[in-house]
Amino acid sequence: MGWYNFTLLILVYLSMNIQELITYIEEEFDEIEKGTIHSESSIREIEGWSSMHALILIALVDNHYDILLTGEELKNAVTIKDLHEVILKRKS
Amino acid sequence: MAKFSVDNVKIDAIYSCVPTNKNKTRDYSLFNEAESLLFEKTTGISERRVAKENTTCSDLCYQAATNLLNDLSIDLSEIDILIFVSQSPDYFLPATAVTLQERLGLSKNCMALDINLGCSGYVYGLSVISSLLKNGLKKGLLLAGDKSTISTSFNDKSTYPLFGDAGTATLLSFDESAANMFFDLHSDGSGKDAIMIEYGHSRFPYNIFLDEEKEYEPGIKRSRNQLALDGMKVFNFALKEVAKSINECLEFAQVEKELVDYFVLHQANKLINDSVRKKMKLTEEKFPMSIGRYGNTSSASIPLTICVSLKEEIENQQLHLLLSGFGVGLSWANVLIKTGPIPVKCVDYD
Repeated sequence: MGWYNFTLLILVYLSMNIQELITYIEEEFDEIEKGTIHSESSIREIEGWSSMHALILIALVDNHYDILLTGEELKNAVTIKDLHEVILKRKS
Repeated sequence: MAKFSVDNVKIDAIYSCVPTNKNKTRDYSLFNEAESLLFEKTTGISERRVAKENTTCSDLCYQAATNLLNDLSIDLSEIDILIFVSQSPDYFLPATAVTLQERLGLSKNCMALDINLGCSGYVYGLSVISSLLKNGLKKGLLLAGDKSTISTSFNDKSTYPLFGDAGTATLLSFDESAANMFFDLHSDGSGKDAIMIEYGHSRFPYNIFLDEEKEYEPGIKRSRNQLALDGMKVFNFALKEVAKSINECLEFAQVEKELVDYFVLHQANKLINDSVRKKMKLTEEKFPMSIGRYGNTSSASIPLTICVSLKEEIENQQLHLLLSGFGVGLSWANVLIKTGPIPVKCVDYD
């Protein structure tokens, strides 16, 4: 397998997983209309974002990925892509 | 390692007492409608009981205890130990337990002491009172509860709508046929600032100049004499430690989780209890809740949940219960018990 194909596969894998995270987030937050957020969306764009949303997000990641995000990690993750990268990093 | 079993001690009855005054989440004027709905969905709290200004936690515990002692026609001279678990005592000193010995008409030969713990306090209290009873004392009264609303600021959305007031009384006695209780107790003082009332005791005496409220972030305004809560820290602590320590307690007792009838967790937040349940891969029915109607009632939450959510079951059959308290300290504790049928009741305090 050439490097191009390998990289493509990795990219597909990552994007699939980020889509999975987006689906979990859409399912969890009533405020989000399905299909309206993407990897570059800001987490805090959720209408009326508050510390309560942060707790829900921590519980969601813990439940689906068995990773306990710290307050600092969540604070530094601006977009869903950032959050996904934290999950991948912690998983590796 | 604080893992141990206690034999020869049984629980005879559990009573709770709550103020009649109800505060509904949707009536909290600092929440808009969306915030109110999100708060209810996340914490599970629709309403909570709030004691009047002149009512103390010891009044609620006293009411629970007198109802219990009268209903069961207990000979007061048989009560050899009284423990009061609370973080809202009547006075700086003396210990509230000693004042309750006199108020309840107990013998001067009854030992009485306070334990200063919150959310983990009921299980800690059980561990101390049962360990003393197993040495031959006849009966013991464990009073646990808090008037948490006295220390929260109306202008702090992170604490004010969370806490409710309640007092409880649990009667225990020496009984050679009692099943073993299996305890698993922990503490981590590095998390002391996660839930804290900084001023008012020896480190920082009460300071009238600090009664003025300061805004820490939008919606969080309080004085330094009031309760501060770092929700994120507490949440992370609970998700990290609770399910793990419950499993350790079960392993210590050599009991499979499927054999436990109910897991009665401290009622801090529905999201925490749901997360613990999902980690343990158990069904919702196994985790009774009372937070919806009473809020977070600190050390009263476990006995209160038993009184209001397991009344029919525990009054008619023996139950295998895993009790788990966790929070301020940080402190967390589990116990596996077999108890019932026993009388339980929740009474109102006007």
